[in-house]
Amino acid sequence: MTDFTTWDILRNLLLAARWTVLLSLVSFIGGSLVGVALLFARIGKSGGGRAFVKAYVEIFQGTPLLMQLFLTFFGLGLFGIDVPAWLAAGLALILWSAAFLTEIWRGCVESVAKGQWEASSSLGMGYLQQMRWVILPQALRVAVPPTVGFSVQVVKGTALTSIIGFVELSKAGTMVTNATFEPFTVYGFVALIYFCLCWPLSKSSQILERKLNVAHRNH
Amino acid sequence: MSLIEITEVKKRFGDNEVLKGINIDVAPGEVIAIIGKSGSGKSTLLRCINGLETIDEGSISVAGAQLLPDELHLKALRLKVGMIFQGFNLFPHLTAGRNVMLSQMVVKKTPKAEAEGMAKKMLERVGLAHKFDAYPDQLSGGQQQRVAIARALAMQPIALLCDEITSALDPELVNEVLSVVKELASEGMTLLMVTHEMRFARDVCSRVVFMHQGRVHEIGPPEKVFANPATPELKQFLGVIH
Amino acid sequence: MNYAFDFGWLFDYWPVLVKGILITVELTLVGGILGVSLGIACAWARALGPRWLGAIVATYVELIRNTPFLIQLFFIFFGLPALGVRMGELEAANLAMVINLGAYGCEIIRAGIQATPRGQFEAGASLGMSRIQTFWYVVLVPALQRIWPALSSQIVIVMLGSAAVSQIAAEDLTFAANFIQSRSFRAFESYFVATLIYLALAIGLRQLLRGLGWTIFPRRAAR
Repeated sequence: MTDFTTWDILRNLLLAARWTVLLSLVSFIGGSLVGVALLFARIGKSGGGRAFVKAYVEIFQGTPLLMQLFLTFFGLGLFGIDVPAWLAAGLALILWSAAFLTEIWRGCVESVAKGQWEASSSLGMGYLQQMRWVILPQALRVAVPPTVGFSVQVVKGTALTSIIGFVELSKAGTMVTNATFEPFTVYGFVALIYFCLCWPLSKSSQILERKLNVAHRNH
Repeated sequence: MSLIEITEVKKRFGDNEVLKGINIDVAPGEVIAIIGKSGSGKSTLLRCINGLETIDEGSISVAGAQLLPDELHLKALRLKVGMIFQGFNLFPHLTAGRNVMLSQMVVKKTPKAEAEGMAKKMLERVGLAHKFDAYPDQLSGGQQQRVAIARALAMQPIALLCDEITSALDPELVNEVLSVVKELASEGMTLLMVTHEMRFARDVCSRVVFMHQGRVHEIGPPEKVFANPATPELKQFLGVIH
Repeated sequence: MNYAFDFGWLFDYWPVLVKGILITVELTLVGGILGVSLGIACAWARALGPRWLGAIVATYVELIRNTPFLIQLFFIFFGLPALGVRMGELEAANLAMVINLGAYGCEIIRAGIQATPRGQFEAGASLGMSRIQTFWYVVLVPALQRIWPALSSQIVIVMLGSAAVSQIAAEDLTFAANFIQSRSFRAFESYFVATLIYLALAIGLRQLLRGLGWTIFPRRAAR
């Protein structure tokens, strides 16, 4: 019935995993850019901007990523465009990542001691100067471990794009299963590949975090 | 002419009126100690003078210019008045030297070489020239506070506000900071300090302000305030302290 | 954009939605309770248990936290029957959620246990309690209290993640939305309504967990 060797299965999955990696990169980088913009609105002085970002984060963190994918996919379709799955997948994941990254980074900015704001104020610095020279450099150091940690969520999040028809690792897993009728082996391999992508990121996030905590200073 | 004029200043936090009409005039070169129990409003007054808190009523003017709560006026004020904090508040990601250079370069747009020269000079003035490249967490509390003083001095202020600058220090480190302040005073710097160091207040200050429940309860030269307290509150306060 | 929104189908299909909501709630409830229990057991094993058990649990935690929930679900539902382990959609969905929350919960709770002051263990021992008694009576509740906000967020994340169980035909809220859109041809509106319901569920669950925290931990623990 089947003329697939184990190597055939693995090769097909690895080929599809390239799309998982690409989509993860696009989502993470795009999400970071949008996230930075949202961050500045969130910690800025405009009440409207802050309220908007708060609501944005609430919505994206309070609803399933799968629903966001569906709404993006069918929502773009309402404009009469024939929406390719990769576009909806990329867009939804960028917006979703941005919400989480903004929230992570806001925590980091707020973790900078209040005295830092006061000291830099008393030296005559304006808001932007304080941000640029005093607050962000400190927040950035704290931000690295959780940001790397979140990249794991992005990689795993891309699995859901298979449901709107983007052919990446998970979708390939389903397709190969349908051809081989070996779900145990195929999904085992799929999980293994995801693990190989995610584990190094998780581990480095942990190591970075420990370094930050133990050394207390790493200039 | 007064350097700092504080007129009928009131400050509320919600329903709680912390400052209930403060009047103090500070002449150039004066060294003023503000004493009183915690909660008497002494730190709040200092923070108002630096614009860290906005006042609800009254006025504060420094060298003839009114303190107004917009960024432009605040910046002008803060170039004239430096502030030292209880918790040092050095920038932990910068070396001592960089701490002193940063605001010169960013706020005053001083060229780097010049700022560096100034930083070396100021660190030398507080006895820490050799710590130029040390990071704050490599310094003792007393050293950190001296760097903070150098950082404020580098902006060439006409007055310094010191908010309990020795309260977070281990007892053996208090003197190294106070002797720096003493030297500044002898060089003619105008100083307003909230302090618990009564001996220092008596020896160095030109006037002592005793605050009680949001008001200036007594004010006068240290000989008078310490030797002849006029009110039972000050008597009690000094009794508790001694 | 020439599109007229139409929510008229809600009138015909609301029973389907209600059924979906109930299943999502049931999955969350079972997943939440059993998942946190598993998390506590695993956290004990990793923080205080025998070495070999800690190593096994660590492997489990790393495997789960570094693979997508969807694949865990597929592996359980489609893969395990190859080993003769067969179960229905709901059982598979429940199992996947428990295993998933168990792994995340383990790490969160372990952090709470590790933040316990050493003196607490010593006090327990000095009173003649066994290690397990000390854990159960002295360490666990303050540890849970310490990490309750993080654990609550994780439970909400697992609830939202449960949308994926529609892919093995467990008839949850997402499944209901899929069903309705295939009948009414109103895809955007169906998913929009389902999304709003998820948002309400998430907000409600968060409130519920906060209230639960106040009930379980009436006093502030020493930090």
